[in-house]
Amino acid sequence: MSNVRVAGVGLTSFGNTPERTSRDLFAEASITAFEDSGVPRDDVDALLYGNFMGELSEHQGHHGPLMAEAAGVQAPATRYESACASSGTAVRDAVMRIRNGEDDVLLVGGAERMTNLGTAGATEALAIAADDLWEVRAGVTFPGAYALMAQAYFTEYGGEHEDLAHIAVKNHENALNNDKAQYQSAIEVSDVLEAPQVSSPLGLYDSCPLSDGAAAIVLTSEEYAEEHGLDAPVSITGTGQGGDRMALHDRDHLARSPAAREAGEQAYADAGIDAADVDFAEVHDCFTIAEVLAIESLDLFPVGEGISAARDGRTTADGETPINLSGGLKAKGHPVGATGASQIAEVATLLSGDHPNSEFVESGTTAVAHNAGGTVASATVHVLEVDN
Amino acid sequence: MSDDESQTRDAGFDEWLDAAEAGEAYYLECANGHGSLPPRRVCPDCGSTELEETALPESGEVATFTVTHVPTPAFEEDAPYATAVVDFGPVRITGQIVGVDLEAIENGLEVEPEITVSETTGERVLSFSPV
Ligand SMILES: [Zn+2]
Repeated sequence: MSNVRVAGVGLTSFGNTPERTSRDLFAEASITAFEDSGVPRDDVDALLYGNFMGELSEHQGHHGPLMAEAAGVQAPATRYESACASSGTAVRDAVMRIRNGEDDVLLVGGAERMTNLGTAGATEALAIAADDLWEVRAGVTFPGAYALMAQAYFTEYGGEHEDLAHIAVKNHENALNNDKAQYQSAIEVSDVLEAPQVSSPLGLYDSCPLSDGAAAIVLTSEEYAEEHGLDAPVSITGTGQGGDRMALHDRDHLARSPAAREAGEQAYADAGIDAADVDFAEVHDCFTIAEVLAIESLDLFPVGEGISAARDGRTTADGETPINLSGGLKAKGHPVGATGASQIAEVATLLSGDHPNSEFVESGTTAVAHNAGGTVASATVHVLEVDN
Repeated sequence: MSDDESQTRDAGFDEWLDAAEAGEAYYLECANGHGSLPPRRVCPDCGSTELEETALPESGEVATFTVTHVPTPAFEEDAPYATAVVDFGPVRITGQIVGVDLEAIENGLEVEPEITVSETTGERVLSFSPV
């Protein structure tokens, strides 16, 4: 079984660019990724591409060949749609294809154009990640679904909105040096607590923004990287995927994410590590409460303790396990289909020492990327490690 | 939702709303006692294909809730409104909470199904009101 190398990564700036097409966004990310990798486009065996709402935002289906063409790649291409976990799922399949010896070089990534829909339109588009008959038709929105989980969490384990506010403050702080981030501005706890409510207990500052953006990664086999003398010190050493019932009300527990736990356990076992070996993580904080559920599911913090981790300084940049050094979805932005691949790109850059925040994890060798779809009916987790 | 979609019923789901409107809400119970909601042919818990319509307990308890201020366009005129997951024992169901002040909603509140109509679209909405 071949090891899988991250040969190059590329991100667009995430933000508010409603006029830019997803093909243009992905083209930009892919150019950066190819330049970073030193891999010629001709060597790409396939494109695995994540996108969630292209039918709604761009009246476009069949994204695979369109995006291969945009990237200048003449190879078969497949689109992955798994809500917000779309490109995490694409990364996982890419890892398995390279390990199986099926492919040597894969272009993986994703893009999303969202802001052209406006807030109401994007809220409607995001909601289709939930069960249309039994959730959306009762008025469940995406923030509303996470609000239901937050309220259930508070009831079961305690905690309050102020605990969540510290997560938003931390992630904004982390994004200050990330020039790809949508928000490079510090906020205070009071800003979060006083922001307009979206779905109680969650307010505007508990929520990631609507974002346009793209991410691309060139993955190669160990053999290919060696033969071509690539500078690719980071490997994806573990992959896992979990699933759950579609509707939140059908979960065994309303304040936990078993799909993410399953994905994490698989990925750790695959990499031969324990949660205690994880030096830092990028997790899917579409809402502040989602970061709590993620770090508990990944076993980085015991169930019921994730809520206070940011407030206690345990997940800040100088804490014991920094979480979302990129700024996370909250401050970096969340172009849905690009997010999973962008997390891999951020983790790889942090590990290789090329990230503005690498100084906080200088001794770190092992990190995790956690990508979740819907109310975590889908989840992927990847372990990345850097050569010493 | 386009006019065409709203005119075509969703088999299984719309029958359930009809039954709830008539005070005869049900859930699907498999041979092993697992509860689920239609349209469904296979029990998602155990794979049993023997699903039987069983009367829903008359009331359930609010397990978690939220008040939504930023709705999708389909509920623009309805906001702010409360949505809750209600636990009926064999099955949980998501719906809006009506007939009570938003501030008075709490976990454990005992409610029963009530089919209401969206102020925005005129479509039926699965709701619950206090017993
Ligand atoms: Zn069953």
